[in-house]
Amino acid sequence: MNTLSRIKEKYGESIVGFLEVTLAAAIGLGASAVLIRAGGYSPADAFYYLFRGSFGSLYSLYTTLSYSIPLMLTGLAFAVSVRAGLFNIGAEGQVYISALGAIIAASIAMPSYLYLPMEFLIGILLAVLWSLAAGALKVWKGVNEVVSTIMLNWIAFWIVEYARANIYYDPLSPDRTIRIPLAGRLPLLVANTSLYSGIIISIGVVVVMYIIMWKTAVGYEIRAVGLNLFASKYGGIKTSLVALEAFAISGLLSGLAGVMETIGRPPTYAIVTGLTNLVNLGFNGIAVSLIGRNNPIGIIPASIFIGALTAGATSMQIFAGVPLEMVQAVQGIIVIVLAIPGLIRILKSYIKR
Amino acid sequence: MDSSMIANILIQTAYASTPLLLASTGEILSERAGIVNIGLEGIMLLSAFIGVVVGDGLKNPLAGILAAVALGALIGLMHGFITAYLKGDHIVSGLGINLFALGFVPYGIYAVWGVRGYYNPSTQAKVPSVFGVSPIFISSIIIVFLVYYLLFHTRFGLSLRSCGEDPRSADASGIRVERMQLLAAVIGSSLSGLAGVFMSLDWLTTITKDLPAGRGFIALAIVNFANWNPLLGLLGSYLFGFFWVIIEWLKISALKQIIPVTLLNIIPYVATLAVTAGVLGRSRPPKYAGVPYKKE
Repeated sequence: MNTLSRIKEKYGESIVGFLEVTLAAAIGLGASAVLIRAGGYSPADAFYYLFRGSFGSLYSLYTTLSYSIPLMLTGLAFAVSVRAGLFNIGAEGQVYISALGAIIAASIAMPSYLYLPMEFLIGILLAVLWSLAAGALKVWKGVNEVVSTIMLNWIAFWIVEYARANIYYDPLSPDRTIRIPLAGRLPLLVANTSLYSGIIISIGVVVVMYIIMWKTAVGYEIRAVGLNLFASKYGGIKTSLVALEAFAISGLLSGLAGVMETIGRPPTYAIVTGLTNLVNLGFNGIAVSLIGRNNPIGIIPASIFIGALTAGATSMQIFAGVPLEMVQAVQGIIVIVLAIPGLIRILKSYIKR
Repeated sequence: MDSSMIANILIQTAYASTPLLLASTGEILSERAGIVNIGLEGIMLLSAFIGVVVGDGLKNPLAGILAAVALGALIGLMHGFITAYLKGDHIVSGLGINLFALGFVPYGIYAVWGVRGYYNPSTQAKVPSVFGVSPIFISSIIIVFLVYYLLFHTRFGLSLRSCGEDPRSADASGIRVERMQLLAAVIGSSLSGLAGVFMSLDWLTTITKDLPAGRGFIALAIVNFANWNPLLGLLGSYLFGFFWVIIEWLKISALKQIIPVTLLNIIPYVATLAVTAGVLGRSRPPKYAGVPYKKE
């Protein structure tokens, strides 16, 4: 066997996967160019400023990386549930509720060294409970997790919005909650940028999750249940328990994302009106997971890609006039394209014809 | 409580239920053929938007309705093609539709009208009432009985249901499964399109970036609740529509002194969870709903 075919055998699947994602991204950007043009803007300008705002300078690179911090985690949260055969789209609500948890911790008077651990503890605990509510409904009542998690997202939104406006509001600035005390904040990694130290935690968690998913019994069971529920049942795996584990892990990861965004990202260190500093972190995680092929290692570049779109969107809006929501639409198109299996194979057979 | 107040509640319930009824009826038809589409929320939002663009632009509500239904059908065509012919993942494709709508509509609102968040169409674009009520509300009732009759009392309905229950036998008996599924997806999505434009050009006469506010997902819950039967879907939609009206009444009642409006907003979602959790166990989805059918 020559080297080429050996490479093909070992990495062929990853290469095809990479090509498919690249193609999907190209289709997404291409379609968005049409929509940008239809809206009366210049696609060339839009893409130029999108790029400049995401990778154009060291500062924009730091901004891109900072946006990838929570997306890595919410992406991972979705990936773990998909691996267990569940479409848990509740990361959005878990992010809200865990951010509230961090604010609750910050509102309590305690020795300053306790703030950081308590923020993580209360925030993640709330998110895990929130996720397990959907898990319990699924396991014991057969409620479809797509429906239940969306309902829980809305419930979380209104509870957190209520708490922001009525309980934890800052008397000096009622459009946001009280701020996290200095001692309870995650330090910046690079001064005068938004890149905070949470990125080290996020990457560490991705690596740990990779090991859990591929090298431990828990991970094996989760993947087995996702691949074939009935076979796993006959094989003696407690499938309900595995589903609950997957929900709990998802909640933990999303909760970590929500806490870190609240206590790490400058300059607000609070929850603002309409939760605008938190919305879509969960939904964007779905795109990250699917672009990363639901694989922890693929999720790192995928989250940097979506982080880049997020970072560049502001510059695109300011300098090219294109509303920043356009990048969200791009993600939607990419996900739709990724729903098609064997994209490259289909394309090849058309070209041959 | 006097009779005019009861009449008021009834009319409001009918209006609040109509989008849920249209979307869930469409989804029942689609899932009976085996195509699951969780993109209802996105289709409602996109259709609501395009309805206002066309209806307001031409000052013609009928044009707006047609555009919205056509867009719904087009998205159904795409989703049906991906799932039935290319054997794509039903959930992922539906998620993509929702994500796209979430980004595209606020972009579109700004690109078309230069405003952020919401736009109210002119009065000439509003759907005029027929016999004092919305013609789309009247249509929705007719549509649900039509779909019921079609599904359970015609040969076509039998073939369609067999595609969702046992596509292999359907195929063997000469039914063109993929084509049937594509058709069901198109009809189903176009009903969601009608649901969307009902909100933007008729009932609420506005377009905002979160107009459906989870109704697309509540419609999915109703499909479950209704055990994939359009007539039970009618019951479910009116039950959930009634919840929504009650909240609006509570918001203006004396209760708002005790419970803040922000918290009352969670009631429809809590009710949806409670009802689905309470009645499930007896419902059974079509066996092959959401499973890509691959010919041997």
